[in-house]
This record gives sequence, C-alpha cells and structure tokens, in this order.
Amino acid sequence: MSASDLTGLTLKGALDALAGKRVSAVELAQAHIDAIAAANPHLNAYVLETPDKALEMARASDERRARGEAGPLDGASLGIKDLFATKGVRSTAGSKIIGEFIPPYESTVTANLWRDGAVMLGKLNMDEFAMGSSNETSAFGPVVNPWKTRGSNQPLTPGGSSGGSAAAVAADLCLGATASDTGGSIRQPAAFTGTVGIKPTYGRCSRYGIVAFASSLDQAGPIAKTVEDAAILLRSMAGHDAKDSTSLDVETPDFTSFLGKSPKGLRIGVPKEYRIDGMPEEVAKLWDQGVEWLKAAGCEIKTVSLPHTKYALPAYYIIAPAEASSNLARYDGMRFGLRELGNGTLTDVYEQSRAKGFGEEVKRRILIGTYVLSAGYYDAYYLKAQKVRQRIADDFDAVFQEVDALLTPTAPSAAFALGDRVSDPVAMYLNDVFTVTVNLAGLPGISIPAGVDAGGLPLGLQLIGRALDEGTLFTLGGVVEQAAAFRAKPERWW
Amino acid sequence: MSIDAATVKRVAKLARIAVPEDRLQPLAQELSGIMAWIEQLNEVDTDGVAPMTACVTCKLPLREDVVTDGHKRDAVLSNAPKAIGGFFVVPKVVE
Repeated sequence: MSASDLTGLTLKGALDALAGKRVSAVELAQAHIDAIAAANPHLNAYVLETPDKALEMARASDERRARGEAGPLDGASLGIKDLFATKGVRSTAGSKIIGEFIPPYESTVTANLWRDGAVMLGKLNMDEFAMGSSNETSAFGPVVNPWKTRGSNQPLTPGGSSGGSAAAVAADLCLGATASDTGGSIRQPAAFTGTVGIKPTYGRCSRYGIVAFASSLDQAGPIAKTVEDAAILLRSMAGHDAKDSTSLDVETPDFTSFLGKSPKGLRIGVPKEYRIDGMPEEVAKLWDQGVEWLKAAGCEIKTVSLPHTKYALPAYYIIAPAEASSNLARYDGMRFGLRELGNGTLTDVYEQSRAKGFGEEVKRRILIGTYVLSAGYYDAYYLKAQKVRQRIADDFDAVFQEVDALLTPTAPSAAFALGDRVSDPVAMYLNDVFTVTVNLAGLPGISIPAGVDAGGLPLGLQLIGRALDEGTLFTLGGVVEQAAAFRAKPERWW
Repeated sequence: MSIDAATVKRVAKLARIAVPEDRLQPLAQELSGIMAWIEQLNEVDTDGVAPMTACVTCKLPLREDVVTDGHKRDAVLSNAPKAIGGFFVVPKVVE
C-alpha cells in the first residue's frame, strides 16, 4: 500500500490490515509521521510531534503481534489532545503558564490506549485550558481547518476546543484522536471537520491526568473517522478508575456490538426549543433530513419539549468559570510552570506569573468565576445556576420517559473564518448552544457528519442519549452515517 | 448587574492576576456584557429546587486508609521553576 493509502485508512481498516499482516505498525506510523511533517506547517494541528516515540512504540507493537499478543488497538497511530498528561512528553493544555511541563505520570485514558497497543504520534493543539470554540485561544496559535469554502482561500476555524484533534483526523494525520468536552469541545469541532465525535456519559472516562477545566462537566472522548472507529476507541478509553472518584464503577460494553442493530421501534425526540431564531436554512434542512432518515429506518419520531434549553448557556457561563477559577488557582508559579519575579514579593510573583502565563479568554473566565463566587454573590449566581442546572437535567429526565434518544443539529453553523468572532465573547459562546445542555445533565452525545452547506463545508447532526446509553447512540449514529453516506474529504491544499 | 473598574480591580486582586490600569475599564465593559447576558437566569423559577451537585447519582467511593503511593520526591520536583537539595525554592515570604 502507498503512504496515502495507509493514512487514508479508517482505524478499523488499519486494524484489519495489521491483523492480516498486510501492513506493519512501523509502516503505518511512518506514513503518518511523513504526512504530519508535510501538513503541520500549514494546519498547526500538532503542537508536538513525537516521531521517535511513535516508531519505538510501533516496533514494540509489531513484536507483540509477532508473538501473538496483539491488543485491540495494537499498532494504531493516534494523536493525543495536549490536555492529557503523557509521561515524559511535554503537555501544555495550550497554555504558556505550563508551556514546558513534562508530566512524571500518565493520564488514565492514554494509559488505557497504550495498554491496548496504540501508538502516539504527538500532542494536538487546542484552545488554552480547553476554553474556546475556535482554537484561537491556544498559546501556540490557531489550528487551520483542512476544509475551505468552495472557491475561497480564507482560512477557517476547525472549531474548539479540540480543534487539533478534529483537524488531524479530517486531514488523515492520525487514525483517531483523544479529545475532551466541557461544553461541546468534542462535538462542535467534529461537526466543523466532517468527523465523528462522542462525549460519553460523565464518569465513563477517568479524568485522572486530564488538565482540569470545569471538573463537574469535563469528560474525555474520541474524535474519529467513522462511528465504528469512535466505538472502538471509546471502549479502550473508558473504564472505572479508582484515581478519579467521579469515575463510574460500571462495565464498559463492547460499543461496536451496537452497530448494525435494528433501530426499529426506537423513539426519537425532536426538541422544539432547539429550532432557534436565525438558524441557517441549511442547518434546519439537514435536521429535517435526519428525521426522515431515522423514520425510514423504522424509528418513531416525536416532537418533545426541553423548556429550560435557553438557560443552559448562561448557567454554564457561571458554573464553568466558577470551577475553572478554583481549578486554575494551582498555577501560581511555585511548584511548576511559569514564574515571573515581578518586584520579588510573593503576591507580585503570583500576580505577574498569572498575568503573563494566562491568555485573555482564560483570564476573563477566571475573573467571572472569581466574581460569581465572591462574598455576597455566591447565592445569586453560583447557587442559582446549580438550581437551573437541575431544572435542565429534569427536562431531560422527563423526555427520556417518552423517547429513547434526541436528534438535534450539532452546531448552529458550519465552520466560520478565523478571526470572525474573537472580539465578541458572547457570540463565540453561542457556538455551544446545542451541545452544552448535554454536559450540564451529564448525558452522552455524538456528532455525525451528515451533509455539506452550499459552500461544501461539513455539517453535523447530534444524537443525545440517556445516561450510560452510548449503545443506542452508536446504533442510531450508524444509521445516520449510512443514510447520509458522507464521503466528502477536504481537498488537499497543504 | 453592571461591573465597574473598581470591582474588576478587586476581583483581579482576589484572583491574583495583575491587570494594568488601562485594562480595567475595557474589562469592566466586557464582563458587564457577559453578566448582563447571564441575568436571564433570574427568569427561571427555582423555588424548592435543590442545587445540582452530581450528574449521575452514585455513592461516593471509600477505600482503605493506606499509603498507595510515595517516594517520588524527584518526580514531584522535576518541573519546579527552582529547587535546591530536594526542596522547592520560593520567594521570601517573611522579612
């Protein structure tokens, strides 16, 4: 197989080729290393390439396979979002404040991937501390979406915060990638790049070793080329971990076993509150099309109501900054990370290190978080938001009495131009209007590429399921994937 | 609620982030814009609703109270901006 044949494989295709000895893990890794070297100066998807480590891991994988000891992901070349601590390999969370941090330990999710034989190609770019929807808050500069509007040369955002993960998967710079989702950071970039992304139920994946943003919302998941690939990756990533007390002690099913199951009789809810003012015609049309596909597959469609939907984003912008301001208090220039001496007093070291180390959006959120938690405001803001959050979760509980899953668009638009929305924080926050509800309620959500807009840019549909019912999402996701027959790939310009 | 420059200054102090004087006013405006948008939460009737603390109900796990890890002094210090003789070195706190 030629190098581009190799990088063009799906994860499943590559695992089959490895099992059939048609390709070695080293050949697969080398093909990706070369592709990254050629593309990265243009796309900026990787903030750190680890070719030596990749080849070393690939050689070990080939040896395991020769001994008949191959694991479920053996030899699969993956990219890792730079939010995950990787032992001995710089992990920055896209921030200058921990810009040279070399973790002396491994995150549980990545450890699970290595346990199953996967190979690391490098660390993927992201919004600083996962705070952003366009990858423009990264200390390493934005990722450029491999997709372009037909006839235009304008660089587009790959979405965020997992923009590097999504762009790398879309441009065949890895077979799949880890990502994380606090308000939509897996699903929105997946939608913007024509890839599949799933945020599992809160607690499915251990948060140990993932740089904390908003602990009650953060959850890891994969971005992949197909629904099946996402199922394969999630199975390895998930699982109970005593090192994270919010990790759920439940069995991890073989998620691929849900693919190809009959969706007949499943009840699908279409939440009317998601039909927001100003929704682009193409997004609305694709949503209707998705309903038709599921109906044709034998699902029963119901219009449902989630009355508190419009309050999800404002509640999120209290809860997430509040938790972030507390989590990010650890970056004080004392034990690791950037230290700015200032005038030499302790307070000035704190204040100058944090002023210099954090970017503008991160500072903005720390200030909001500090404000809403400060004396006299806690009840009015934080407590109120936690109550509204309960209302949102109750909305979902009520509709899941009547339906088995919900279908919505993933994002209110296709990918937009870099620079377009940086000056208006609230406009940027609205990117997550369809995804953030899922984080607040702790539910699983998957984004499937389902069509393109007039300019040829990908659009995604989102399926939302009951807690721990990722299986139904994989069944329905497979149906949408097949019906949409989304085969478009970005035209190679890099 | 509108946030003024003095409030930004106070909050920045609490957050231990140095904010130059000429950034206080623009930040006050940005934060006021965000907080004004957040105010719509007051429309929601939350009487009798308990604040949500966990997504998926589960019992907080307990484990044996035993040492499971340790003896990693060098690893702990490996990313320190400054360390000497097995200790973090920090700016002088007491004159």
